[in-house]
Amino acid sequence: MVILQQIINGISIGAVYALIAVGYSLVYSILKFSNFAHGGVMMLGSYFGFLALLYLKVPFWIALPLAIVGAGLLAVLNERLAYRPIRMRNSPLLYLMISSLGVSIFLENFTIVTIGPNFRTYPDVLPTAPFMLGSLSIGRLDLIILVITAVSLAILTYVIYGTKIGDAIRATSYSMRVATLMGINPDFIVALVFFMAGASAGIGGVLFGIKYTVWPQMGALTIKAFIAAVVGGLGSLPGAVLGAIILGITETFSAAFVSSAFRDLFSYALMIIIILVRPAGLMGKITEEKA
Amino acid sequence: MSEYVMGILILVCVNLIAVLGLSLLTGFTGQFNFGQAGFMAVGAYTAAILTTRADVPFVLALLAGMLASGLASFIIGIPTLRLKGDYFAIATLGFAEAVRLLVENLEKITGGSRGIPRIPTYTTLPLAIGMVIISLALVAFYVNSRHGRNCIAIREDELAAESIGINSFYYKQVSFFINALLAGLSGGLLAHYVGFIQPSMFGMIKSTELIVMVIFGGMQSLTGAVFAALLLTSLPEVLRAANAWRLVAFGALVVLIMVVRPEGVMGTWELSIGNLKNAWKKITARKIPAAAVER
Repeated sequence: MVILQQIINGISIGAVYALIAVGYSLVYSILKFSNFAHGGVMMLGSYFGFLALLYLKVPFWIALPLAIVGAGLLAVLNERLAYRPIRMRNSPLLYLMISSLGVSIFLENFTIVTIGPNFRTYPDVLPTAPFMLGSLSIGRLDLIILVITAVSLAILTYVIYGTKIGDAIRATSYSMRVATLMGINPDFIVALVFFMAGASAGIGGVLFGIKYTVWPQMGALTIKAFIAAVVGGLGSLPGAVLGAIILGITETFSAAFVSSAFRDLFSYALMIIIILVRPAGLMGKITEEKA
Repeated sequence: MSEYVMGILILVCVNLIAVLGLSLLTGFTGQFNFGQAGFMAVGAYTAAILTTRADVPFVLALLAGMLASGLASFIIGIPTLRLKGDYFAIATLGFAEAVRLLVENLEKITGGSRGIPRIPTYTTLPLAIGMVIISLALVAFYVNSRHGRNCIAIREDELAAESIGINSFYYKQVSFFINALLAGLSGGLLAHYVGFIQPSMFGMIKSTELIVMVIFGGMQSLTGAVFAALLLTSLPEVLRAANAWRLVAFGALVVLIMVVRPEGVMGTWELSIGNLKNAWKKITARKIPAAAVER
C-alpha cells in the first residue's frame, strides 16, 4: 500500500516535470541545443498566473490561459531576440546554448530585482483536501494536476502528430534544410515550437506554483526536465513524458525510503546510469552523426 | 598597497585560475562546463578540511584539493564525454548541484550549510600571483602544443578531427582534468584567503560568473580571460551600490556578446610582442592613407 501511495505521488510530480520536459525536448528536436532559458520562461509563467490571480482577481480558468499565452509569447520573444540572430549566421550550436544561459540569468535576476526575491504562495484556487480510495489518500490537487497535464499533452500530441502543421514541425526536426526546400517556412516553425514549449512550461509553472510555491530561482527546476529528457531520449516527446514520470517516481521513492535530503542525488545518479547503459535514452533512437 | 585593494587582487587571481581552466575546456576544446563552482567546492573543502582538522601543510592540502577535484572530473567525464550532444553540459550542471547537496548534508565532515570556520589564512598576494603565473604558463603551453591544436580541431569539427585520427574522448577528458585541477586550486586558495567556506559560496551564480568571464574575454583567447577576470571581478567591487542589477546586466551582456560579437572582446587575439607589433603596424598603416587624402 505504501508503495502504491508513493507511485501515485511520484506520477503527480512527474506530470509537472513532463510538461516542462516536453517543451525542452521540442526545442531540442528542432534546434538541437539545450535551451537553458526554458526554466526562466516556466518561472515567469508561474508568476504570470500568480500575479493575475492576486492583482487582477480573475478566476483560475482565466489566469491559467493568461499564464499560458504570456509564457508562450515570452518564449517567442526570447527566440526572436536572443537566438534568431545567431541562427541566421549559422554559428556553432554552443553559441545558442550560451545565449540561452544569458537569457536564463537575465530572467531570474530581473525577476528578483522587480518582483522580489521571496517565496510566494498561490492563493487557494484549487481544492487541496485529499479523498480516500480504499486506504489510499489521493490529493484532489494532484488529480486536477494530472487531468490538466493529460489534456495539455493530448492537445500537444494531436497538434504534432495529427495536423498539417505538425507534419511541418516533424519534417523540420528531421532536417531543417530539406523542410525549407519543401516550402516550409523554418522561422515560422521555430517560432511556433517556441510558443508551444513556452506555453507548456507556463502550465507546468502554474501547477508547480500551486502545489508548492513561486520563487525566482524555480527555473533551476529545468535540470529535472533535462534529466527527464535524457532518461527518455533527447528530443523524443513520448520519451520526455516517460522520463519525467520515472524521475518523479524515483524522487518520491528515494525521499520516502532513503532520505529527502539526498533525493536529488538519486535523480542525478539515475541520469548517469542511463547515460552509461543506454545513452540514447529509453525511447530515443541511436543516431550516427554524418558529415 | 591597501588591504582592500590587495583583497580584490587576490580574488581576481582566484577567479582567474578557475577561468583559465574553463577557457581551456570551453573556449579551446568546445565543451560547455556549467558546474565549475562544484569543482572549486571540492578543492576548497578538501584543502580546508585537511588544514583545519589534520594540520596538513598548506601546499600539500592544496595539492590534495586539486587531486580530489581532478578525480571528480573522471566521474562526469567518462560517461558523458564519449557522447556527442549536450549530455556533458547537463551532467556538469547536475554535478555542481550534487556537490552542493552533499556538502550541505554531510554535516559531520563539512559543517553543513554553516560551513567551515577559522580556516588559517595562508593565501597571500605573492602566492596567488605565483599560482596564476604557473597556471597561465601551463594552459598557454598546452594550448600552443600539438595537443592544444588537437583540442581546437575537436572544437571546430569533432567528426573531422576523429577522421584524421585524433582520439576526441581522450583530449576532451584531458582538458576537463586540467580544468578540474585548476578549479580545485582556485577553491583551495579561496578557502585559505577568506578564512571560512560555506556551500552558498559555490552555487550556480559562481559557476555562471566564471563562464561569463570566459565568454566576455573571448573564448579563444587567454589574454581575454585575464582581462575579463580583472575587469569583472573588480568592477562589481567598485560598483557595490548597483549590486542587485549586476547579474541582470551579466545576463544581458552574455546575450549581447553572442548576438553581436560571439568571439568575445579579445576574439582570438593574444598578447605577445609579435602581435603588439602587428597591431601597431595596423594602426599606423591606417593613418597614412588618411594623411594622403588630406594632401
